[in-house]
Amino acid sequence: MYIKQLSIFIENKAGRLEDMLSILKDNGINLVSLSLADTSDYGVLRLLVSDPEKGKAALKEAGVSCRTTDVLAVKLAHKVGQLQELLEIICKAEINIEYMYALATGKDDASIVLKTSDIARAADLLEKAGASFVTQAELANI
Amino acid sequence: MIWNESKECMSRDEMQALQSKRLVKAVNRVYHNVEYYRKKMQALGIEPGDIKGIEDITKLPYTTKDDLRDTYPFGLFAAPQSEIVRVHASSGTTGKATVVGYTRKDIDIWSECVARCLAGAGVTSQDTIQIAYGYGLFTGGLGAHYGAENLGATVVPMSTGNTKKLTTMMKDFGVTAIACTPSYLLHIAETLEENGDLDKIKLKAAICGAEPWTEQMRLQVEEKLGINAFDIYGLSEIMGPGVACDCIYHKGLHVHEDHFYPEIVSADTLEPVADGETGELVFTTLTKEGIPLIRYRTKDLTSITREKCECGRTTARISRFKGRSDDMLIIRGVNVFPSQIEAALLEMGGTTPYYMMIVDRVNNLDTLEVQVEVEERFFSDEIRELENLTKKIAHVIQQAIGLAVKVKLVEPHSLERSMGKAVHVIDKRKLV
Repeated sequence: MYIKQLSIFIENKAGRLEDMLSILKDNGINLVSLSLADTSDYGVLRLLVSDPEKGKAALKEAGVSCRTTDVLAVKLAHKVGQLQELLEIICKAEINIEYMYALATGKDDASIVLKTSDIARAADLLEKAGASFVTQAELANI
Repeated sequence: MIWNESKECMSRDEMQALQSKRLVKAVNRVYHNVEYYRKKMQALGIEPGDIKGIEDITKLPYTTKDDLRDTYPFGLFAAPQSEIVRVHASSGTTGKATVVGYTRKDIDIWSECVARCLAGAGVTSQDTIQIAYGYGLFTGGLGAHYGAENLGATVVPMSTGNTKKLTTMMKDFGVTAIACTPSYLLHIAETLEENGDLDKIKLKAAICGAEPWTEQMRLQVEEKLGINAFDIYGLSEIMGPGVACDCIYHKGLHVHEDHFYPEIVSADTLEPVADGETGELVFTTLTKEGIPLIRYRTKDLTSITREKCECGRTTARISRFKGRSDDMLIIRGVNVFPSQIEAALLEMGGTTPYYMMIVDRVNNLDTLEVQVEVEERFFSDEIRELENLTKKIAHVIQQAIGLAVKVKLVEPHSLERSMGKAVHVIDKRKLV
C-alpha cells in the first residue's frame, strides 16, 4: 500500500527546477503529482512519478542528490469533512504528519499524499477505518 | 614620542652587537632546555658554540606552526612550569591549538614593546584608552592592556561585542585612544556617525592590528574620525601584538628588533633575500624565556628596510603586508585555516563533503559563509532534517574555529572545482 515518492534536493537558483524536470522528461518519466518545499537557500522537490526507481537512477547519473521515500496516498471522496476525519484518526494515535499534498487521480475522487512519523501504524489505522490507497501500479498508468 | 630612545634609536652597529649577544644566549637556552630544538640542531650538526653572532643565524633551522603542533602543548617551552605565569593560545592548522607560555620577564618585555607602539602613536599617561580586542586566550586584549598600563594610560578594558556600550563610554569617559581591529574601528566609526556622535568624542589615535587592512582603509578611518590611525603587528607565537608598529610617518612598521630579529627569506627556496625585496617574514625571539622560537616562519609576505626613519628611530621597518605564503585567513581578527573547516566537516562522518568558504566584508565586519554540497547520504526529504543538518554543521565549525558562520547547503557538484590543488576559499574582501 506504500508508494515511492521521489525526493530531490534543489538549490534556490534560476533554472534548477526546470533542469531536474528535463532529466525526467528525457527518460520518459511521467509526473503524477508534486509538492515543493522551499527555504531561502534551497528546496525539496517531492514527486510522484510513473517509475520512481528509473527516475532516481537518471537523476543520480546526472549527479543530483535524490532519494525515494515511502509515503501513503489515501483516496478521498469529494465530500465535506473527508480529510478532517482521516487526520483525526492519525492525530488521535499521536502520529505526526511530516508533510502532505494533494494528488488528483480522477473525476470522482481525489487523494491525499501523506508522510508520517510512523507510516506502518498510520497505514494500519487508516485501513481499519476503511480507507483505500493508491498503488504504485495505478500511478504508473495515470 | 619615543618610549625607549636608547633601544629604538641605537646605531646599526650597536644593534647588531646587542642582537649577537642575545642570539648566542637564546641558542644556548633552547639547546639546553628544549629537547626538540636540541635534536633539530644535532640533526644539522650544529652546536651552540657554532653560533657566535647574528651573522650565524642562517645556520640555524627554521621553526613552523607544525613544530608547535607536534610538540603540543608545552614541548617547546624553555622554562619550568613554575616560572610560566601565563599561557595564550591561537588556532593551529588542524584541531590542536598553538599554545605559548610567558615568564614574568616575558610579560614585562611584551608590555615594554606595546608601550613603545602606543608612545609612537602619541599615547601618554594623560590618555584614556579603550582596549577593544577580545580578552582571553587571544593575545590581543591582555597584550594591549598590559602595554597601556605600563605606559600609564587609563585603561578601559572593553573587549569586543558591545558596540553601543563602547561608543557610550567613549563619549562619557572622554576616551582619547583605542586599540582594536581595523574593521571593528570602521564599524565603530559608522555607529558614531549614524547616531550623530562623531563630534562628541575626543578620540585622537587608534592602534589597529590583528588583521590585514589597506592604506586606503587607514586613511578612510583617519578622515572619518579625525584621528591618527596606526598599524600594529604581532603574532602569538612570537609574543602577541607589539612585535612591530608604524609611526606617525607611516613608512613601514618599526620592528622591536632588540627582542625579535627579523629576516626576509624566499618562500620557495628559504634563502634570505635582499633588503627591499619581498619574501616571507621570519622571526627569532632574542630575549624570550617561556617559548623562545628560532627562525619562526610567519608565512606573512613583506619586505624590510634598515634605513633610519624620519621619526628618528633606527629600527628595521617592514612594509605593509602583501599577503601570505600559506592559506591562512584572518577573519574578524581570528586565524582560520581551511584545514580546520575540513577537519570539522569530517566529524560529520565518512568523508569530507566538498565545501567552499566565502569570506566577505559587510558593513566593515567580516562574514564567513560555508557552502556545503548536500551529498545523498546527508539528504532528507524533510526540511526539518535539512535545517538540523545546517545547524549541526554550523555548530561543529564554530566549535573548531571560534567564529559564527552561516552554512548554506548547495547541490552536489555545484561548487567550482579547480584544476590541480583544490581551492576552498573565495575571499571577496579587498585587503591587499
